[in-house]
Amino acid sequence: MAKPFEVHRQTGFATMAGLCFVVLYLPIVLLVVYSFNQGDSIAIWEGFSWRWYVSAWDNEQVQAATVRSLVIAFWAALIATTCAVLAALATTRQERFRGYTFVFAMINQPLMVPEIVTAVALLIFFAMIKVQTGYTGLGYLILAHSAFCLPFAYMPIRARLQGMDLSLEQAAMDLYGTPWRVFRRITLPQLWPGILAGAMLAFVISLDDVVITEFVKSAGQDTLPTYMLGQMRRVVTPEVNAISTVLLAISVVMVVAFYFLSRTKKQPTGG
Amino acid sequence: MIEIDSVTKIFTGRGAPFTALDDVSVTIRENEFFTLLGPSGCGKTTLLRVIAGFIDPTRGRVLLDGQDLLSLPPYRRPVNTVFQNYALFPHMTVAQNIAFGLEMQDRPRAEVSATVEEMLSLVRMTEMAGRKTSEISGGQQQRVALARALAPRPKVLLLDEPLSALDFKLRKEMQLELKRLQSETGITFVFVTHDQEEALTMSDRIAVMNAGEIRQFGGPRDIYDHPAERFVADFIGDTNFLDVTLLSSEGSTARVRLSSGSELDVRAPQADLPPGPATLAIRPEHAQITTPDTAPLRGVLSNIVYFGTDTHFHVELDAAGSFVLRRQNQPDQAQDWAIGDAVGVKVPPGVGQVLQD
Ligand SMILES: Nc1ncnc2c1ncn2[C@@H]1O[C@H](COP(=O)(O)OP(=O)(O)O)[C@@H](O)[C@H]1O
Ligand SMILES: [Mg+2]
Repeated sequence: MAKPFEVHRQTGFATMAGLCFVVLYLPIVLLVVYSFNQGDSIAIWEGFSWRWYVSAWDNEQVQAATVRSLVIAFWAALIATTCAVLAALATTRQERFRGYTFVFAMINQPLMVPEIVTAVALLIFFAMIKVQTGYTGLGYLILAHSAFCLPFAYMPIRARLQGMDLSLEQAAMDLYGTPWRVFRRITLPQLWPGILAGAMLAFVISLDDVVITEFVKSAGQDTLPTYMLGQMRRVVTPEVNAISTVLLAISVVMVVAFYFLSRTKKQPTGG
Repeated sequence: MIEIDSVTKIFTGRGAPFTALDDVSVTIRENEFFTLLGPSGCGKTTLLRVIAGFIDPTRGRVLLDGQDLLSLPPYRRPVNTVFQNYALFPHMTVAQNIAFGLEMQDRPRAEVSATVEEMLSLVRMTEMAGRKTSEISGGQQQRVALARALAPRPKVLLLDEPLSALDFKLRKEMQLELKRLQSETGITFVFVTHDQEEALTMSDRIAVMNAGEIRQFGGPRDIYDHPAERFVADFIGDTNFLDVTLLSSEGSTARVRLSSGSELDVRAPQADLPPGPATLAIRPEHAQITTPDTAPLRGVLSNIVYFGTDTHFHVELDAAGSFVLRRQNQPDQAQDWAIGDAVGVKVPPGVGQVLQD
């Protein structure tokens, strides 16, 4: 063929693209709309009201699940980001060592192993620990979340490190900076946007998780998503829509912030 | 004094091993403006990075005042670098950049601010002290990089093509500035450039490098007037190369026969060169254009190029090859030659250099 294959010139492309967007976003729009429904139904519109938001806000189970979700997401993001910073430094700031590819694959392993497999494996593993130690707190969930959040925190940090000028660190070392001081005075101030972006991504991913949480949680450790899943099995009211809408808003805010953080090349930070 | 002793660096990455430095030995004196000159890719940066500590040589030793440098990490070597891209810290001000090395040495606060003041005025940047490094021009960044590297008073300052990013006028200005800084501070400068003119104007001594080896080492006049081999003669300044026959040599003079049959007395880089085929190198400004009758080289004037300060005459030689002459212009210079004229090239005794390699 003389002309290169241009997919957007093919017949039906516009229709197909439109259809994809409808399938992607119409349900979400409907979900948001019906969260403001006055009636009890998630399918029949009966007028506007804040009723379900108030009801969710007053629901003690929702409150507890929200706090639990936030606590887990906070610690998971913190742990995952710390590990990710170390991993990113090791994979970008030294000569390629033997087994580099293997380590890289291991860091990103949670992206490739089916979530259900990780979930079952963790369930069994943690059950063994529970028997040994008797500990039944939130630690298991925090650890599990930290593990699968790690690659999400790692990616933006690594990207930032790779974009950074190595000669800055060399210049600092040339000027008598020991490795630790070079890290603190030169690397870290420039790495902050990447670290924040990674932490936020990890936070959102943790907040959203169902499968692994469902398997790992002990009785009475519902997070917001698993609580909602439980609700769906009984009566479905627009309260679920309201909670979903709030979660959606949080995610959108975080993703937008992530976008701006990872886009800004030179973020001047106080030095 | 830096003694670089048989330093070899072989890069082994993917692909075949590559010898970037091949048994380099050279001694750099105290307080000297020393230049590494050579074409791009000849190993200049690699040698600087070996001295600074960012590259471990495969073999060899580097001593600074008798002390082994190679066993020290970069941050313990009393050596500072002005990087090719300056590598200023973008999240700090000009003054914070200059203070960095002193802070890392844990000098007292008062001393740090006094030295920063001193450095700022040394490089004439006092007004810019509070600016971010992204808010100053290229020439100013260059000066900040210099001040930052000079502030901790290193024994040796390494400069990797620090002027290559500047435009012509600024470069001339900075050349003088660097010379001034070197003599005012008394610090040994190891300067890297691929610009032969820059090397000639600034250096006390020059090492000419090619393909990982030092080909010649000496003062600017030595290197320019007595190139030891064809590469050096070719790389430094413009040179005419003629195929000649070496008849005899005695001490530092030699007698050669040109392909036109005339014989000439020229210089020899070393004593006792064996007779036989050789190359004669003659600088364009050392030969004169004349009428053809008595000249040892004859030809036809093929081009005249006016350069303002001087004029270049291109001569197609009758025997073989071409020859370029340079004559300084005078205000009352007559238009004495035209393209197509039969001309001669006069070579005063002792100005050519015979090379055998
Ligand atoms: N890390 C490296 N790995 C492999 N080859 C390298 C490396 N660094 C430099 N080289 C090669 O060594 C040679 C000399 O490089 P360099 O010292 O930077 O040259 P110069 O500064 O004289 O232009 C070049 O051919 C370059 O490709
Ligand atoms: Mg270089």
